[in-house]
Amino acid sequence: MVAPIDSLEAPGEPPLPTGVPASQIQGRSPWYLAWLRLRRKKVALVCAVLFVLIVLFCLAAPLWAEHVAHTGPNENHLTDKVMIDGQKTDVVAPDGTPLGPGLHGRFLLGADQNGRDVMVRLMYGGRTSIYVGLAAAAVTTIFSVIVGLLAGYYRGWPDAVISRAMDVIWAFPVLLLGIALGTTLAIGGLKVGPIAIAGDSIWIPILIIGLVYVPYIARPIRGEILALREKEFIEAAVAQGKGPLRIMFSELLPNILSTIVVFFTLNIANNMLLESALSFLGAGVRPPNASWGSMISDGYQVIFTAPHLTVVPGLMIVATVLSLNVFGDGLRDAMDPKAKIRLEH
Amino acid sequence: MSGVILKVDDLRVSFATEDGVVQAVDGVSFELTAGEILAIVGESGCGKSVTAQTLTGLTRATNARITGSVNYRDRELNGLSDHQLCDVRGEQISMVFQDPMCALNPVYRVGDQIAEMIRAHRDVSKRKAQARAVELLRSVGIPNPDRRARHYPHEFSGGMRQRVMIAMALALEPDVLIADEPTTALDVTIQAQILQLIDRLNRERGLAVILITHDLGVVAEVADRVLVMYAGQVVEDATLDEIFYAPKHPYTWGLLGSLARLDQPRTARLVQIPGAPPSLLAPPSGCRFAPRCSHVFEECTVLPPLESRTGGMHLDRCWLDADEKAHHGGLRTRGA
Amino acid sequence: MARFVARRLLGMFAVLFAISVIVFLIFNVIPNSDPAARIAGKNADPALIARVSADLGLDQPLPIQYLTMMKQIFTGQLTSYAKDRNVVEQIWEGLPATFSLCIGAAVLWMSLAIVFGYLSAVHAGRFTDRALTILSLVGISMPVFWLAAMLLYFLSFMVELFPTGSYVPLSENPLDWAYHLILPWFTLAVLFVGLYSRVLRSNMLDAMNEDYVRTARAKGLSERQVRIRHVLRNSMIPIVTLFGLDFGMVVGGGAILTETVYNLDGVGLYAGEAIRSLDLPPLMAVVMFGAFFIVLFNTIVDILYAVLDPRIRLGEAAPA
Repeated sequence: MVAPIDSLEAPGEPPLPTGVPASQIQGRSPWYLAWLRLRRKKVALVCAVLFVLIVLFCLAAPLWAEHVAHTGPNENHLTDKVMIDGQKTDVVAPDGTPLGPGLHGRFLLGADQNGRDVMVRLMYGGRTSIYVGLAAAAVTTIFSVIVGLLAGYYRGWPDAVISRAMDVIWAFPVLLLGIALGTTLAIGGLKVGPIAIAGDSIWIPILIIGLVYVPYIARPIRGEILALREKEFIEAAVAQGKGPLRIMFSELLPNILSTIVVFFTLNIANNMLLESALSFLGAGVRPPNASWGSMISDGYQVIFTAPHLTVVPGLMIVATVLSLNVFGDGLRDAMDPKAKIRLEH
Repeated sequence: MSGVILKVDDLRVSFATEDGVVQAVDGVSFELTAGEILAIVGESGCGKSVTAQTLTGLTRATNARITGSVNYRDRELNGLSDHQLCDVRGEQISMVFQDPMCALNPVYRVGDQIAEMIRAHRDVSKRKAQARAVELLRSVGIPNPDRRARHYPHEFSGGMRQRVMIAMALALEPDVLIADEPTTALDVTIQAQILQLIDRLNRERGLAVILITHDLGVVAEVADRVLVMYAGQVVEDATLDEIFYAPKHPYTWGLLGSLARLDQPRTARLVQIPGAPPSLLAPPSGCRFAPRCSHVFEECTVLPPLESRTGGMHLDRCWLDADEKAHHGGLRTRGA
Repeated sequence: MARFVARRLLGMFAVLFAISVIVFLIFNVIPNSDPAARIAGKNADPALIARVSADLGLDQPLPIQYLTMMKQIFTGQLTSYAKDRNVVEQIWEGLPATFSLCIGAAVLWMSLAIVFGYLSAVHAGRFTDRALTILSLVGISMPVFWLAAMLLYFLSFMVELFPTGSYVPLSENPLDWAYHLILPWFTLAVLFVGLYSRVLRSNMLDAMNEDYVRTARAKGLSERQVRIRHVLRNSMIPIVTLFGLDFGMVVGGGAILTETVYNLDGVGLYAGEAIRSLDLPPLMAVVMFGAFFIVLFNTIVDILYAVLDPRIRLGEAAPA
């Protein structure tokens, strides 16, 4: 498909009307234009709504636990019986098979092999998974931006040092690094000067996941900063006497904001996948905290007798990550000025 | 008319974009005679490139609508399928583009790219095609062609690259060469060389050329006939002499007036055409040049001007009457 | 060119050195406990711990421990703390499974990705494209181990179409070997097919707008020739480099999840066991092995890029 040649304006920009004085032409900021483009992407918006709904669902965990299921996420009901359709049924049958899903308020999604309510665990687990994903994304983004700005702006030896450090982290198999850090930190926790984090704190996986992805985001940011740095408006700012910090934060940063937003969104998705992998292997979120990944790990042990324990948390991960990916994609398309022309005529 | 090999009639090309339908070419008609050099002149955005590329169907896209007739040797090109057009492209009608650095694939050797074209149309062995490629490079004046054929595009200078493109375009001895701003990306001295090359090819082989440019100086060097385009339409169509000595359209007057001339005092100001070209999304009714024309009167903004022909083939689109045109045209050429 | 390669190789060794130091520090400095105490067991008395410590050389200063371990790795003498088996041997034994898995999956994912990406780009905006895009997006949104579990449950347990994991060596029975690997290959490939087809699609759409594509059409090449010889060829360059990096990563430990779920006796599975018991020597060796592959492939990719893109090879910077 060939873009029209000789078209007067760049596609997506408002056409200049003839005879209208310049003062009357309404300027539209790139953010507004991006928002207009995003509005047209129905699928991406639906996915954003879906993600919000999932978050709300997980946030409602205490409500559900209190009023509908009447149980907490970690309470065992191993030897209990429950009223279903007027019959008293074992939560966990004598041969170890847990209750399956069904239309009842308690154990809506059945029970796991320890007699715990799967629905309640799902909601609480979701809170953990999403929280870890978001927090780790924040950690990654903040670090990457700082590192990328410093490396890109100062170049020279700060860049050399930072880039070598990034190369080393990059060279680690992501999963192995995460597992290595996850298991070792879980033993004794982290003590850095005055900050002490317990071994089973949720901040351990957050920091690990946050750290691991820094090179993947810092490098593109560094690249953009290197390119932006050569532009005239930076020269102008330096000539005006602005110090490096001001230049970095008030000149360079706003220009990479759209990149950051897109990376942040997609990073949440990657983080959730990594967290689930780490938790599955036992190197991520530790008991008593549950996450969707650890639920899959538990459920995998009885997969042939109680498949729902594996299927359900996995589906939740897929739904959440998919909605983030689709939305992130749509966001990237909307923010990218090289809008491609695709209408049928 | 005998000798006419290409006849374009009422060609219209529009593109659907996010902001609406852009009417890039709006009713362009002209004829090309065998062995003639036709220059199409106009500012950026006037539709000259789109016109040229539409002739061989290169602007076909899902958001493009093309109507009108492109008749090459009694064969209607506009309705042909892409597959059928492939026979015409390169073999009968060939093209050379503006920026040879971008127009040549950077990962293939130059000789291979020429050979590829030859083998797409003729059943020859790779070695023969490559040998022919070397010959072609020699014929356009590239030194050491056997060695240079094995080089990549970025190893050539701008002018040399353009020669390579011309060599490639001539590989199958087409009747028509369409050169889309071939010298715009080159230095002035190289520009002259390329124009000389085109001129030589035209004279030696009887190659008809459609030369797209925005530079009247280029036109004056080589053209036989000139087509002036504005806002997607043809506003004047005449021989080289007629355009320079008896132009009939205010836009042409403006173009000529803005030329720097040796016979004017150095301090004389170049005359600009005020304003900007209209948006092709919503072209003005009436004459499109009216908003910028210094000879505009009431009728101009209401009705689109009809074509008027004088002296057989000199065509223009303007409401001014013949006397006024002659008067102002003469003024312009005298540098007033 | 030779200098280019030499510099890259030097960088490679520097990075490997840094990695080995970091891994060593991770396992020795971070855990706030004494490895000898861990190994000696829960009810060990101080004398036992001291003996274990001396035995395994854990009472030496850290730098000496590091050097000793490095020497042992390179001379193939490294033994694990827990099981007292030769680490390098164990890795060697795990290689066939890991390579079988990774190479097979790589062939599968590259072929599918090229086909999907090409079709998506050529039919951009239409049904084929949308369907393939959805498939790709779903593919990259699935946890690999979950997909493996699902496939095992549905295609191996419910419907007994495929075996439930475990590795059959190629030398033993080629057909069985492949049969056991079909599900793992597919599992590992899904993620990458999704990623790569989208990258290829995006590259091809960009390339289609390039001037040289227009020239190719003007030359009279058929649409298919234009698409394959010009659009696809130029779009493949970034794909090939990505592939090098990802293949290195997959071999270097990225396959751990797949090997664990399908119970394939590869390097990844070995690493998983070592991690769970916090056994440093095997872990050190496996991470070194993994990092070596990644860095090696990084370097190969750098060099390959120069080969594929003549602009880089001959010293000119690639156009922005």
